Amino acid sequence: MLIHSHRRCASLIIVLLALLVTLPLSRARAESPVRGGELVYIVPASDFPSMDGHREETYAVIHPLAPFYSLLIKANPENPSDPTSFVGDAAENWSASHDGLTYTFKLRKNVKFHDESPMTSKDVKASFDEIISPPTGVISDRKAMFFMVKEVAAPDPSTVVFHLKFPTTAFLPAIANPFNWIYKADILAKDPHWYETHVMGTGPFRFKEYVAGSHVTGVRNPDYFMPGLPYLDGFQALFIEKEAPEVAAIRGGRAMVNFRGFPPKAVDELKAALGSKLAVQESPWNCGLYVAPNQKVKPFDDVRVRRALTLALDRWQGSQVLSKIAIVKTVGGIIFPGSPLALSKPELEKLAGYAPDIEASRREARKLLQEAGVQNGFTFKLHNRNVEQPYKTVGIWLIDQWRKIGLNVEHWVEPTAPFFATLRSGSFQVSVDFNCQAVVNPVLDVSKFLSADKAGDNYGHYIDRALDGLHDEIVREPDQTKAAALMHQFEKRVLDEQAHYLMTLWWHRIVPYNARLHGWKISPSHYINQDLASVWLTPE
Amino acid sequence: MMFPTLLGVAVLVFVLMRILPGDIVEVRFASEGGTVSPEVLQQERARLGLDQPIWRQFADWMAGLVRLDLGRSMWTGATVSHEISIRAQLSLEVAIIATIVAVTLAIPLGVIAALRQDTWIDYLVRMISIAGLATPSFWFGILILLAFLILFHWTPPMTYVPFWKHPWRNLEQLIWPALATGYRYSAVATRMTRSSMLEVLREDYVRTARAKGLWQRLILTRHALKNAMLPVVTVIGLEFAFLIGGLVVTEQVFNLNGLGKLFVDAVTHYDYTLVQGLVLVVAAAFVLSNFFVDIVYGWLDPRIRYR
Repeated sequence: MLIHSHRRCASLIIVLLALLVTLPLSRARAESPVRGGELVYIVPASDFPSMDGHREETYAVIHPLAPFYSLLIKANPENPSDPTSFVGDAAENWSASHDGLTYTFKLRKNVKFHDESPMTSKDVKASFDEIISPPTGVISDRKAMFFMVKEVAAPDPSTVVFHLKFPTTAFLPAIANPFNWIYKADILAKDPHWYETHVMGTGPFRFKEYVAGSHVTGVRNPDYFMPGLPYLDGFQALFIEKEAPEVAAIRGGRAMVNFRGFPPKAVDELKAALGSKLAVQESPWNCGLYVAPNQKVKPFDDVRVRRALTLALDRWQGSQVLSKIAIVKTVGGIIFPGSPLALSKPELEKLAGYAPDIEASRREARKLLQEAGVQNGFTFKLHNRNVEQPYKTVGIWLIDQWRKIGLNVEHWVEPTAPFFATLRSGSFQVSVDFNCQAVVNPVLDVSKFLSADKAGDNYGHYIDRALDGLHDEIVREPDQTKAAALMHQFEKRVLDEQAHYLMTLWWHRIVPYNARLHGWKISPSHYINQDLASVWLTPE
Repeated sequence: MMFPTLLGVAVLVFVLMRILPGDIVEVRFASEGGTVSPEVLQQERARLGLDQPIWRQFADWMAGLVRLDLGRSMWTGATVSHEISIRAQLSLEVAIIATIVAVTLAIPLGVIAALRQDTWIDYLVRMISIAGLATPSFWFGILILLAFLILFHWTPPMTYVPFWKHPWRNLEQLIWPALATGYRYSAVATRMTRSSMLEVLREDYVRTARAKGLWQRLILTRHALKNAMLPVVTVIGLEFAFLIGGLVVTEQVFNLNGLGKLFVDAVTHYDYTLVQGLVLVVAAAFVLSNFFVDIVYGWLDPRIRYR
């Protein structure tokens, strides 16, 4: 018996030791990228308007088509949450001159278009020329972003030089914008509209098929310039516009992920249904949900009324409550929270409507309304977009908050096109508004708060030359610390002193996905990090 | 009547779309919250011809219609006929399968219910058909999807494959929406068949046929059913035409890339030319469907003649 038990013990120890030795190995094997497989994912849209990234502004273009293209530089795929971390894509490296007026990009030598032709600086120059100064009849959505660029030069096949009019911190993030795809110069020269309906890039995947309103498929590019990448054999991007079939597609295994994300309720449903087969990543989202009091309409031309509106909002509690039901969470100012120019929490708490003592804020709000001659029970309409997440949910919260200072607010929702028509015409009292950007670029992201005659999307319809002057200084300030100080003044003026705009909460991105998917990291924007080069799947 | 009807529809839809505030340019360039310059918006409006006076836009569109050119989608830039043709096949197929489902269920059930009037069979058939009328197709579709998800962790395929390329994959995707819509469709047709049969079975010629000692089956098929089919065929024709472009919500539920979904997208995007083209095509489907129904009338009742 004793011998038997000794033997049993010995064999148990051997098995345990073997397990101890092999487990880390097998885990390492499981965690190291695996080649092969097709990623099927959801693009939550009906279709894209065109295939041209330079022209369009929607994720419906980025998500299915970004894998076909390269950028000059891009957000670091290993750390896409860091708004200041960029890596070379088609560019191997880059440098800036001491005066900050010249940026030189050295290109990788082995970059080829999918038709096997080599990519050179001529192609990069032609692409940025099209973005910065498009030929007649060609639309560039991001032309205004490059107001600082004087000239793009291609002195030799592997060098691109950007000459700037003045040094600015806004340049590099603008270059890294995920829509700045590198197109082929010869094609652009022959037909600048060609890319609206065709694909020809240098990205990790080659175009295979597009069925309008249904899907886009891509296959692995064997000549991709990054050695060993991509891992996937291919991908299929499915256009599914409604949330219910999107959730059903992931639950039923027809798709693995919707990179734009889902609201909390859908995430909970997927978690309950799929358990450990589901992984989730979350991130603050570079989309701010604002309220624009229309200053062409009384009494919202009175700063006291606008300040009262912002003082009434309990953002800290709102964050806790709303984040359970809507895609909003982070409390912040007009600069993306966590980015170098953003206000810290103690700084934020000094602004109107951000103080921890909400009752004191609301007492002040009532006093301001009284001083402005606004009676208790004053009624106005909150104009909003007829989209559930997060607009209508936050709209209802706003109405409740303002009721607490004696205001009676009606909710007026409109579908997207009339919503914007109303915003532009100024035929509203107070409206929900929003600002969604790709790469965090504070200097450019705040341009919507400039005077209405400078910013096409200032729906507060105000003129504030002091604010415009501050922005001019920020744009031309190459020193980050000085820029931050100026930006804080700018922010204080927009949100507090003048209360031109009211910030509600920043969006919050939650992406649930099939746990077989690896190598993808969430970023603060659904436009960033979507080339799928480093994405891989564990075998079924 | 066909051309005046289509012309009326064309004018009406053109005017209605222009009355709505907002336009496609706002949806395209501003809806995601990016910063877009007014210059870009104006440039795009000019490119799409939206800066032209309304009468000029209408005249251009009508001139295109005369040449059978529905124009180009303002959203994708592809021709409207191309956008419609790539989706029409799927919608037509769902309509055909749903019609087969409906007719296969409705006619036998309606006839049996009429023959066994006020028996438990009649009650059962009436109950099933009333439930079908009361159940929206999209809701039934959601139930089907949920049942598959919960019981089998399965959903139908998300992309369309034509029947001749892969019959099984094709049916795997389309049979469920066809069943969801076919059920409601069959409910309408069952009630119509039953009431029409009851009426015909009480006609003198049926009584005479019975008195002559004809077989019950012969009386039913040759005398009663054929005559009872006139209103049923009308219903089937109208429902079929409706299915071509009217499966708006069901197509969303099953994520089908059909005409109904295209319609919603076109309206959401303010794609004037595409909406106009789609309305014309659906109106034409109704007109054609009525035309075929009229032909079938002539076959069912030889007394009906068209001059």
